[in-house]
Amino acid sequence: EARRKRIQNRRAKSQRKAKLTIEEEEDEDEDEDKAPRGRGRRKRPKPIDSDQDEEDEDKGKRQTATRRGRTTSKKKSDKEDSNDESGKEKGSRRQTRGKAASKTQKEDSSDSHNSDSENEEDQLSEGEIEALKEQVEEKKKLIATLRNKPWRMKKRLIILKEAQEFVEKFEGALGKGKGRKLYAFKIMMAKKFIKFKRDFENFKTACIPWERKIKEVESHFGSSVASYFLFLRWMYGLNLILFGLMFGLVVLPEVMMGLPYGSIPRKTVPRAEQETAMDYSVLFDFGGYAKYSFMFYGYYNNERTVGVLKFRLPLSYLLTGVGIFGYSLMVVIRMMARNSNEGGDGGDEGQFTFSWKMFTSWDFLIGNPETADNKYASITTSFKESIVDEQENQKDENIHLRRFLRVLANFMILCCLGGSGYLIYFVVKRSQDFAKLDPRSLTWFQKNEVEFVMSLLGLVCPPLFETIAELEDYHPRIALKWQLGRIFALFLGNLYTFLFALFDEVNAKMLDEKAVKNATEWAYQEYYANYSSFHNTTDVPPLNIPPADVVRGPCWETAVGIEFVKLTVSDVQVTFLTILVGDFARAVIVRFLNYCWCWDLEAGFPSYAEFDISGNVLGLVFNQGMIWMGVFYAPGLMGVNVLRLLTSMYFQCWAVMSSNVPHERVFKASRSNNFYMALLLLVLFLSLLPVIYSIMTLPPSFDCGPFSGQDRMYDVVLETISRDLPAFIGNILTYASNPGLIMPAILLMVLAIYYLNTVSKGYQQANTDLKKKMQMARDEEKNRRNNKDSTNQMMKDLEDLLPDKSLFKPQVQEKPPTEKGSKPTKMKPGTAGVNLHKEVSLASPNPRGPVSRGPGPRGGPPGNAMGPQPGPGRGRGRGRGAPPPRR
Amino acid sequence: MGNKQSIFTAQQLDAYQVVKCFCRLSRLFYRYRDLAPQLVPLDYTKQPDVKLPYELIGSMPELKDNPFRQRIAEVFSEDGEGNMSLDDFLDMFSVLSEMAPRDLKAYYAFKIYDFNNDDFICKSDLEKTLNKLTRSELTEDEVKMVCEKVMDEADLDNDGRLSLEDFQHMIVRAPDFLSTFHIRI
Repeated sequence: EARRKRIQNRRAKSQRKAKLTIEEEEDEDEDEDKAPRGRGRRKRPKPIDSDQDEEDEDKGKRQTATRRGRTTSKKKSDKEDSNDESGKEKGSRRQTRGKAASKTQKEDSSDSHNSDSENEEDQLSEGEIEALKEQVEEKKKLIATLRNKPWRMKKRLIILKEAQEFVEKFEGALGKGKGRKLYAFKIMMAKKFIKFKRDFENFKTACIPWERKIKEVESHFGSSVASYFLFLRWMYGLNLILFGLMFGLVVLPEVMMGLPYGSIPRKTVPRAEQETAMDYSVLFDFGGYAKYSFMFYGYYNNERTVGVLKFRLPLSYLLTGVGIFGYSLMVVIRMMARNSNEGGDGGDEGQFTFSWKMFTSWDFLIGNPETADNKYASITTSFKESIVDEQENQKDENIHLRRFLRVLANFMILCCLGGSGYLIYFVVKRSQDFAKLDPRSLTWFQKNEVEFVMSLLGLVCPPLFETIAELEDYHPRIALKWQLGRIFALFLGNLYTFLFALFDEVNAKMLDEKAVKNATEWAYQEYYANYSSFHNTTDVPPLNIPPADVVRGPCWETAVGIEFVKLTVSDVQVTFLTILVGDFARAVIVRFLNYCWCWDLEAGFPSYAEFDISGNVLGLVFNQGMIWMGVFYAPGLMGVNVLRLLTSMYFQCWAVMSSNVPHERVFKASRSNNFYMALLLLVLFLSLLPVIYSIMTLPPSFDCGPFSGQDRMYDVVLETISRDLPAFIGNILTYASNPGLIMPAILLMVLAIYYLNTVSKGYQQANTDLKKKMQMARDEEKNRRNNKDSTNQMMKDLEDLLPDKSLFKPQVQEKPPTEKGSKPTKMKPGTAGVNLHKEVSLASPNPRGPVSRGPGPRGGPPGNAMGPQPGPGRGRGRGRGAPPPRR
Repeated sequence: MGNKQSIFTAQQLDAYQVVKCFCRLSRLFYRYRDLAPQLVPLDYTKQPDVKLPYELIGSMPELKDNPFRQRIAEVFSEDGEGNMSLDDFLDMFSVLSEMAPRDLKAYYAFKIYDFNNDDFICKSDLEKTLNKLTRSELTEDEVKMVCEKVMDEADLDNDGRLSLEDFQHMIVRAPDFLSTFHIRI
C-alpha cells in the first residue's frame, strides 16, 4: 500500500512540475497585478537557509505542514530526506505562485492530500506575514533596548548586527501593493530621523560644560560635594534660558527698535544728576547712567508697538515676566518628577539600613587616596554606630535636662530670628530716612547699610545656630536637618522683612508720585490756559522742554529693581569674600605658619575648612529667589545673575580644590537631589507672590516703564484682547473670567485634589498591606523551614532504624522508572511526619506506579534482571505514543 | 572628527552608538589607548585582538582607590581575570556611566559583590565586601553581626544567601545607589 502511494506521489510530483512550467507562463501575464506580492514572497525562502536560528519557528511550521500532508501518503523513512527537500522547494515555489497555483489546483483533483496541504501552506503564509511583522517589530524593540541588556559588548554587537540585517531584509518585503514604496520611504526617513536624533544627543552631551571640573571635584570630595556643583551647573543652565527669554523678548527689541537714549525723559539722566552720572561711585550704586539704562524697568517705553515689526513691547514685557515664572515652575517640577523616578523611593528607611550601608556606601567616584582614607574611616564609624544603635536601644540618662536644653536652644534661636528680622526692618526704615537727605552727605556705609546688614546676618547667624545646636545633642543627621531648617527660616524671614519694608517705601514713593503727577498736570493745564489766552488760539503747540529738564516722579519700580540688583551684587561680594578669607586665607595661614608654630595647625585647632554644602545650596537657592523677584523690575538682573553663576562656578571650583579638605564624616541631609529642588520650588512660590501682587494691585508709575499711563499692569492684556484679537475671543475670555465659571473650576480642582489624595492614600494602604503580607510570608517560610529541618532529622532517625529494607529496596526498584521508585520506599518506613505527606502529594504522577505493580518488586530479582532494557510490556504501561510508529 | 573616522569604520561607530549607554566613544578609546600606547593600535577597523592586563586597568586613576577594582575588572573582562579588550573596557564604563539604567547597574553591582561567582551573594561574599569597605577594622563578632543583619534584611526567600532578585529588590530602593555607583570619565 505504501508503495502505491509513493508511486502516486511521484506521479503527482511530475504532474505538478509540468503544471508549474505552464503556470510560469501564465504568471507572466498576471505578474503585473501580483508583482509586489510575489516579490515579497520570493524573498522569503532566503532566510530559511541563511538565518537558521531566526527562522527556526517558521521552518518548523512549514515542515510540519508539509509533513502532515506527506506522512499520510508515504511512510518510508529513507526517502523522507529527499522528499522533504523537494517538498520544501516546491512549497516555496508554490508560495511564489500564490493564487495562480491554487486556482489551477482546483482542476487538479488527482491528489487531494497534496492540494490540501498546499492550501494550508497558502493560509499559513498569510499568517506568516503577520508573524514576520511581529518578528520585525520584536527585533526593532530588541535594537532599541539592547543597551539595557546585561550582555557582553561582543554579544551585543553580534546580536545587533543580526537584528539589523533581519529587519533590513524583511522590512521592505512587508509592504504591500502600491503602498510599498511609501512604506520604504517612511522606513528610510525613520532611520534618518533616528540617526539624526542620536547625533543630536551626542552633540548635546558634548555641549555640557564643566564635566571635567566636576569630575575632579567628585574624585576629591565624593558625590555629596559634587552634587552642589551639579546643582550649580543646572542652575546656570536654567538661568541661561531665562536670560535668553528676557533678553530676546524684552531688552533687545527695546534697544534695537525703541527710541534711542536721550529722546524722552525716562531715557535721560535728569539735569541735576548729570554732573555725577558717570562717577564710579554713583554707577557702582546703580545710579546715574545705570539707573536710566535698559537694566531697569523705567527705561522701557509705553508705546504699544515698536519698530517696523510692530512688536508689542509692553505686552511682551508682562508676558515674559510672568512666563519666566511659569517656565521655572515647569522645569523644577519636571526635574523633581524625574529625580523621584530615578532615586529609590526610600519609603521604608528602616528596612535595609545595613544592606544599604554595605552595598551603596562606597562612592565609586572617589579617585583620591586621601578621600578614600576618609571614606574608609567614615564607613567604619557608621557601621560601628549602627551596631551600637542596634545593640542597645537608646539609653536616656537625664531626659529632663536634655529636654530643658532643647527648649532653651530653640528659644534662643527664635530670639535670633526675631532679632535679625527686626534689625533688617529697622535698617530699611533708616535707609528711607537717609534717602531723603542729600546723597552726597552720606557715607558709604549709610548708603549700603541694608545690603551690608543682610549679608552680615547671613554670615553670622548660621555658625551661631550651629553653636546653639550643640546644646541639643541630637544625632548629627537630625542636627543637620534642624540646622537647615533654621537657616532656611532665617533667610526667608530676612527676605520677607526686606520685602515688607520695601513695600512701605513703595507706598511712600507712590504718594510722592501722585503729588508730582498732579503738579505736572496742573502745570500743563496752566500752560495751555495761558497759551490760549495769550495768543488767543485753541491751537496750542506742545510744550518744548528738553527731556533732561522735565519734572518726573520717583518711579518706584526702578527703585525696587535697584534694591534687588544691589542686594544680589553685595551677596556676590560677600560670598566671594567669605571664600577668600574663610577658606583661602585660612588655608594659607595654616599651611605656611605651620612651620613656625607651637602646635600642629593642620591637625589641631584651625585646620583647613570643609566645604559647607548645605550653606552653599541654601545661598544659591535664595539668590535665585531674589532673581525671580527682582527680574520683573530689573530685566538686566538676569544678565548679572548669569555672570555671577559663571564666575562662582570657576571660583568655587578653584577654592574647593585649593583650600578645602574632604569631610571626615558625611551625613547627607537628604535622600536625593529632590531636597534641593523642593527648597527651590518653595522659594519660587514665595517669590512669585509679591510679584503677582504688585502686578495685579499696584498702579504703575505714570511717567516711566512700559505700563505708564495705565491703571494696572495687566491692563495691557485686556487692551490687547479688546483691540487686537477678534471679538469672539474677547467674549470667550470674558465668560471664562466670570466668577460664575471660576468658582466651579476651583471647586473642581479642590475635588480633584481630594480625590487624588484619597487614591494615593489607598495605594499607600495597599502598599503597606502588601509589605506586611510579605513579611508574614517570610516569617512563615522561616518557621516552616525550621520545622522541616527538625522533621527531616526525625525522619532520618527513623530511616536509620530500618537499615536493610530501606537501603536495599530502592536499588532494586529504582532502575526502570528512574525517579519514581524512591518515594514509595520512603513511604514504607514512613510513619513519617506531615511534611512527608506534602512531598508525596507534590510528586503527582507517582502513585500510579506503586499501585499498579505494588507487590511486584517484592518478588525482586526478576524485575531487576529485566531492568537494563525495558521490554515492550513495560513500555505499554507508560503512555508514550511516539516511539512505536517509528519502529 | 577625522581622527574618529580613522579609528573605527562608520558602521562600527554606528553599532557602538546603538549598543552603548553613552557616547563619548573617542574619549574612552583614547583613555584605553593611553594605558598602553605601544599595545593598542590606532586603527580598529579590522578589530584587532588586543587585551590589556589587569595591572594596567587597575592603575587607572578612576579605579586605583576603589576597593573593588579587582572585582570590577574581573566581572567586566571576558576571561574573568581582569584582562580587558576594548569592548570590555567600553562595556565597563558604559555600565558605570550616568546614563545606564538602574536595573543594569544593579545587575552588575550584584556581579561585583558576588566574589565567588556562584550567582548568589553568600555570607563569605558579604564578609569580603565588609572587610574591603572597612579595611578589616571591625572585629570578627561585629562582622558576623553585620552580615547576619544584612541577610536578615535583604534575604527574602530565606535561603541564607542573596539571589539577584533579593539584591535588586533591596538596591533599587537605596537612595544613594545611582549617585554612588557610577564613574565619570
